[in-house]
Amino acid sequence: MTLESLNIAIALPEIFLLVMACLILIVDVFLPPEKRNLTYVLTQLSLLVALFLLLNNPSEGRMLAFNDLFVQDAMADALKLFIIIISFGVFVYSREYLQARNIFKGEFYVLGLFSIVGMMLMVSANNLLMLYLGLELLSLCLYALVAFNRDNGNASEAAMKYFILGAIASGMLLYGMSILYGLSGSLQLSEIAEAVMQTSQEGNAQRIGLIFALVFIVVALAFKLGAVPFHMWMPDVYHGSPTAVTALIGTAPKLAGFAMIMRLLVEALGGLQADWQQMIIVLSVLSLAVGNIIAIAQTNLKRMLAYSTISHVGFIMLGILAGTSEGYSSAMFYTISYAIMSLGGFGIIMLMARQGFEADKITDLAGLNQRSPWFAFIMMVLMLSMAGVPPTVGFWAKLAVLTAVVEVDLVWMAIIAVFFSIIGIFYYLRIIKVMYFDDAVDTRPLECGRDMQIALSTNGLAILALGFYPAALMSLCVSVFS
Amino acid sequence: MTITDFLFFAFAGATIMAALGVVTSRNPVHSALFLVLTFFSCSAIWLMLEAEFLAITLVLVYVGAVMVLFLFVVMMLDINVAKMREGFVSYLPIGGLFAFLMLAVMVYVVGPVGPDVMGAAALDNAVQHGPEYSNTEELGKILYTDYVLAFEIAAIILLVAIIAAIALTLRRRPTTKYQTPSKQIKVKSADRLKVIKSDAEVLK
Repeated sequence: MTLESLNIAIALPEIFLLVMACLILIVDVFLPPEKRNLTYVLTQLSLLVALFLLLNNPSEGRMLAFNDLFVQDAMADALKLFIIIISFGVFVYSREYLQARNIFKGEFYVLGLFSIVGMMLMVSANNLLMLYLGLELLSLCLYALVAFNRDNGNASEAAMKYFILGAIASGMLLYGMSILYGLSGSLQLSEIAEAVMQTSQEGNAQRIGLIFALVFIVVALAFKLGAVPFHMWMPDVYHGSPTAVTALIGTAPKLAGFAMIMRLLVEALGGLQADWQQMIIVLSVLSLAVGNIIAIAQTNLKRMLAYSTISHVGFIMLGILAGTSEGYSSAMFYTISYAIMSLGGFGIIMLMARQGFEADKITDLAGLNQRSPWFAFIMMVLMLSMAGVPPTVGFWAKLAVLTAVVEVDLVWMAIIAVFFSIIGIFYYLRIIKVMYFDDAVDTRPLECGRDMQIALSTNGLAILALGFYPAALMSLCVSVFS
Repeated sequence: MTITDFLFFAFAGATIMAALGVVTSRNPVHSALFLVLTFFSCSAIWLMLEAEFLAITLVLVYVGAVMVLFLFVVMMLDINVAKMREGFVSYLPIGGLFAFLMLAVMVYVVGPVGPDVMGAAALDNAVQHGPEYSNTEELGKILYTDYVLAFEIAAIILLVAIIAAIALTLRRRPTTKYQTPSKQIKVKSADRLKVIKSDAEVLK
């Protein structure tokens, strides 16, 4: 074996980000606090260069590297593209928020970059080991970031819950993976897929073992994505962590989670589709019901967004359980548009927050229209998109998923999904009502930098633009799975 | 019964007895020491399975480092053992039920009762290596070639753990008094002792 046979060049964006993260770590140590902006600029520049490297080397079919541990295919290309863009947005939104709270530190950016590398590795994993390592790299960074504001009791509590439940989920995943390895004799996803196909043809004896492993893996995936009944950590973690970190947790990792489901359930365990379909139906129905109904009772905006995430996860799973390429591409479309929407939602919260004021209650949005009509409009677009009202991208996402489900004759699932999203519209519309019809308590105009204004406006307009031309994103998602 | 059979049963028996000792002994320090014995006899079993590297690592890392650290923590903390034992009887039925269920499922899946899920027949075909075979060398070869990416990412995860631990615990308190060795070394007698010229005076 030689160095050339590793095909290192395929993983260039990841390698570049890793090197830059280490470099920024060292540079940051020697920077005086007033020059910390350099860390931020370097982080954003390395994301842009990684994006350039990614776009410059599009994958031709399935490209394998590092002795088949790493795979670069069309799905990896598309998901990595959005992971980098969305993380870039999170860093733009969070700069002033962090500065106002005295947590504008180099470690935030270093851990953030490492978590992005973790997500990219999950997306490109071709081996159970790489999936697990990528997930752990992502999760470890996020645990630390949740507790980043050390003097905040809520944040420490959230970090503790997140860490313990995350560790349990990782344990479940490892247990399932170890049984899978014992039965198939390989960690390689493609070889597992072959072994699974063979055993499911042979008959019942080994099938029980496979389903045993499958249950643990599905539970772990549900934990990580936050599907009911494994969602308990989400509201507390979304609420407790600094909003900048909530934005980091609530956006790009969902894309990595989607990739993980695709790699594990579809690529490796495709032969057991009939079995995991039933499990995901239960998770999906429960997530839609619990997420949408409990969100109505929330007074805290971040908690409400957490429950809304749970219901969106239900929709994403709806697309996956259809088990067709239309289903997978619609689920991917949904995940990407959801990540863009929730990025904007957390952006608005960070826009309104000031020193000593979190702006995370629904009443804090009162009279936003009087203070800033433009950002009230952006927030209205975001909420309408989350509710699935045309002409926003959220409508097309829901429509695509529902079409995919109806096509595989699960009409009752589609009816349940529509029923609960109609219930869900209530709490999204309530925010619009509070913004436009309630009087502002604090009538000062919003202050924020030009970079944030531009990014947030682009974010909101992107949702409208994708709503008018959904084909741009949809054709990308369809081409991935064709 | 061959000598290997005898050794296996001796070490397996020691593992089980020590594991029971961990959960039944009244003194937490004894529990920790029993855990050390469990690890040690486990590593002996691994040695017999030709997994020398894992066996040595278990002794070095777990027995040598983790458990000693654990023992320190147990000795430093003032644990109220009597309070922890409260409610043992009331939790026993539900705990016992789950333990029994786990055992039943394991016996069904792995053991001789149920379907041969794990392929126990394959065990008879296990390859045995001679004395010239080095488990450590083989592992090293695979680790640095086939699994080099996974190995590097594991290293990155350790780096992240260090960064996270420092970011979460390092505090600069302005009130803390500390010394700067470089300044201390550079100091000259002139900085500390000032000779003031003054005219001689006569006290009256």
